[in-house]
Amino acid sequence: MQKVVDIMKKRALQLLEQGTVNRVLGWKNGDFTYDQTPAVFNSKEEVNELVYNDFSAANLSKYLIAETKKEGKILAFLKPCDTYSFNQLIKEHRINRENVYVIGVECQGKVDVEKVRALGAKGVTGVEVDGETVTAHTLYGDKTFTKESVLMEKCLACKGKTHMAYDELIIVNPVEDKKNDRFKQVEELENMTPDERFAFWQGQLSKCIRCNACRNVCPACSCLKCVFDNPNSGVASKAVPDTFEEQLFHVIRAFHVAGRCTDCGECSRVCPQNIPLHLLNRKFIKDINKFYGEYQAGADTETRAPLTNFTKEDVEPSVISDKGGKA
Amino acid sequence: MQRIGVFICWCGSNIAATVDVKKVAEAALNEPGVVFSADYQYMCSQSGQQLMKDAIKEKGLTGIVVCSCSPRMHETTFRKAAESCGINPYMVEIANIREHCSWIHKDIKEATEKAIILMRTAVAKVNLDNSLTAGTSDVVKRALVIGGGIAGIQSALDIAEAGYEVDIVEKAPTIGGKMAQLDKTFPTLDCAACILTPKMVEAASNEKIKIYSFSEVESVKGFVGNFTAKIKKKARFVDENLCTGCGLCTEKCPSRKTPNEFNRGMNTRSAVYIPFAQAVPKLAIIDPTACLHFKTGKCGLCERNCSAKAIKFDQQDEYIEQKYGAIVVATGFDTIKLDNFGEYGYNENPDVITSLELERLMNAAGPTGGVLLRPSDKQHPKKIVFVQCVGSRGLRPCDKPYCSKICCMYTAKHSMLIREKYPDTEVTVFYIDVRTPGKNFDEFYRRAVEQYGVNYIKGQVGKVVENDGKLTVYGSDLLMNEQVVIDADLVVLATAIEPDKTAKSVATMLTASIDTNNFFTEAHPKLRPVESPTAGVFLSGVCQGPKDIPETVAQASAAAVKVVGLLSKDKLTCNPCVAHSDEMLCNGCSSCEKVCPYGAITYINKEVNDHGKREVRRLASVNEAVCQGCGACTVACPSGAMDLKGFTNKQIMAEVDAICK
Repeated sequence: MQKVVDIMKKRALQLLEQGTVNRVLGWKNGDFTYDQTPAVFNSKEEVNELVYNDFSAANLSKYLIAETKKEGKILAFLKPCDTYSFNQLIKEHRINRENVYVIGVECQGKVDVEKVRALGAKGVTGVEVDGETVTAHTLYGDKTFTKESVLMEKCLACKGKTHMAYDELIIVNPVEDKKNDRFKQVEELENMTPDERFAFWQGQLSKCIRCNACRNVCPACSCLKCVFDNPNSGVASKAVPDTFEEQLFHVIRAFHVAGRCTDCGECSRVCPQNIPLHLLNRKFIKDINKFYGEYQAGADTETRAPLTNFTKEDVEPSVISDKGGKA
Repeated sequence: MQRIGVFICWCGSNIAATVDVKKVAEAALNEPGVVFSADYQYMCSQSGQQLMKDAIKEKGLTGIVVCSCSPRMHETTFRKAAESCGINPYMVEIANIREHCSWIHKDIKEATEKAIILMRTAVAKVNLDNSLTAGTSDVVKRALVIGGGIAGIQSALDIAEAGYEVDIVEKAPTIGGKMAQLDKTFPTLDCAACILTPKMVEAASNEKIKIYSFSEVESVKGFVGNFTAKIKKKARFVDENLCTGCGLCTEKCPSRKTPNEFNRGMNTRSAVYIPFAQAVPKLAIIDPTACLHFKTGKCGLCERNCSAKAIKFDQQDEYIEQKYGAIVVATGFDTIKLDNFGEYGYNENPDVITSLELERLMNAAGPTGGVLLRPSDKQHPKKIVFVQCVGSRGLRPCDKPYCSKICCMYTAKHSMLIREKYPDTEVTVFYIDVRTPGKNFDEFYRRAVEQYGVNYIKGQVGKVVENDGKLTVYGSDLLMNEQVVIDADLVVLATAIEPDKTAKSVATMLTASIDTNNFFTEAHPKLRPVESPTAGVFLSGVCQGPKDIPETVAQASAAAVKVVGLLSKDKLTCNPCVAHSDEMLCNGCSSCEKVCPYGAITYINKEVNDHGKREVRRLASVNEAVCQGCGACTVACPSGAMDLKGFTNKQIMAEVDAICK
């Protein structure tokens, strides 16, 4: 992984030197090495702070909405899953493709420190990853885990290691795609009775503190003015944390991103309350695949999205009652 | 704040018998903005309208709610009344307390409660109504007729007669449709070709009519007065301008094994062929699935023999885009497939045929030259059994629930013609009911029974069995209450008719609606029978429901009158309830553009001042003349920038709130 970072820095410096780009979008360390934050590096000196390793989980594509409006071109490092969001944002005319130079970087899956903690590591001071072994340094000594056991939730449903968009690639250690059952958790929810499912979501969504982290990180939530911030929209009841908050904020948000969500998993990653928000979106994805044919948002910038397209093969509305719902 | 007047109509006893109108009037006064309420026996009457007008003047009303019948009935009446007193017509809302309430409820208490809720909902909407002004749009003075059977031909001729350009798009290589395949026509027994072909020729020679044969309408965009259709002229591999229709190529063609569609597959045709002698246009066409040149690259006999040099093996499909003000659907019908009717043995036995096949067998231009010979051994059938209602009026999934309407009459015709021409033939007809409600129809049927001695048996056929080339028909005679077993040389099935298989896709393309049997739906089953619910789309012939020729022609002319009425206008009033995008909220994401069925949304780059922040943004822009106010964009818009005038998101939320209060 160190080799990859070296190449990334080298290319960033070259591109800055050549004047191809005037800024670089990447990751840098936060308070801890396992706690990274997206960052824009404005000079060759600043590029020294660029990091990329098993903790560089943040999806950088959404930052390009603002960045590509600025003067000059920016270099962006994107992981395979980030490129789906990138394509989707291009499709929605939110990113100016001309103002970004994309370098696709390899990814072997990212580590979730919350999972390390959940597995019993208390007082974590640092985490190191060596191949498939994750070592947590704690105040009480080291603890080791398999990487598989502490992978980010979103990496368990990895869409593959292929970049959907890039100007060049940096891949030192190619990895094969592993099969995963992306919809297993959704199916478990589908198998519940409506009452059980309601209880599940009520339990989860009532944890929401309405910090808006999910919305702010979501690449599909790119509206200039969100309906929840617009007093005229009729749904902006921000100040009233009642059952509406619990039940409808996330449901409305899921409807708004339906068909555009690439399943990047950022919503669940950033949720401080650990609400599995990605499951709402993934249910939509599963249904869209079933009713309108396989579709992956952000796989390219051209394909018509099923929910904003009409074909004669589209499912009839009666599917609702066929499935036992109220038509 | 609005000053709203609420007017509750009794509709005689239609509403007042089930809804306590006084109570609704009382309740209205408690609603925000309501300053006046009244009930009246017939609000739509002149005195009812006067009541409204007086109240507008006396109380200074700014908004009106009428609790009455469906807005489809009297919305225009009340809007005009309000407008005459200086109120914008779009400040009038109808609460439908008849169809939506009194007609479907029995209990007065419940119905009254619901009427009050509907009234409250309309008041909530009027409180947020704004004055709207309608614009106008131009009318393209040209009509499109989809389908070139007798219905399409008649509509086109009448439209052309009135002086308007009209295009017929026919998917087959010739116009004429099913009528061209018929032998004689009831109840006068004149030959179908003799009365149809003059109309076909007239259509072809009329300078106002353009015929696109072997063509299909690929897509239709736009709206009443301004449709744009993309027509696909399928490659016929023959140059239309050069072919003289001499038919030499068809004689030279060595590939002669293809079932002849025109004769319902009862003989074969060559790969290059002319559908029938009086085809219009009289042009050869190559069937590439049968042509040796297309299959092997060899042959080319037709090309070598064509003195006009009309054969063009490299011809491609051609696309034509044309604007129209009105569209007539005349897609017609076909007989149903009999795969699921094993009891009649149609698929197994060549001597079990459909009535349409019998038409060809009896026609001079048919496979037997008009001599009635049964298909299996080319012998004269001596005993013929007709079975009525095959697939019609049935309850099984393979059956059609409706009466195909034409079968009783053509079966009487067939049996009469056969008895006339071959008096030694025994003819039996199994029927459920004989339905002859048309001019001279019952007289015609009685002639078959009384004069020609056709044996009519009331009852159904259970099965048709073949033994050593002989058919045996097992049926029941309901009047005698006994089973009957009859030997037959030929069995003719009065096969149900169904809309042409293209009906559903044409309906989808035109956003016209169809019923569960795929027949096109009328705008009103009694009062607007030739209009579809989609403005500018009209219905002609069997696409709307089973019909015989006189009815089809009458309806075709009726549809033509509607088209002419539309095309005679220079401008149409637009619906002012169109979409509007809020520049401050628009992300420029193109969601709305993608769902807009009318292509009314384009994008512009425009500088906006967002609270002091100036920047150029990609913004949706609605062409109000093109927008039809369907509201699809308002649903697709993630940020709520798109809104529909007269039906704003806020108004709809207010209505929902009023219902849930």
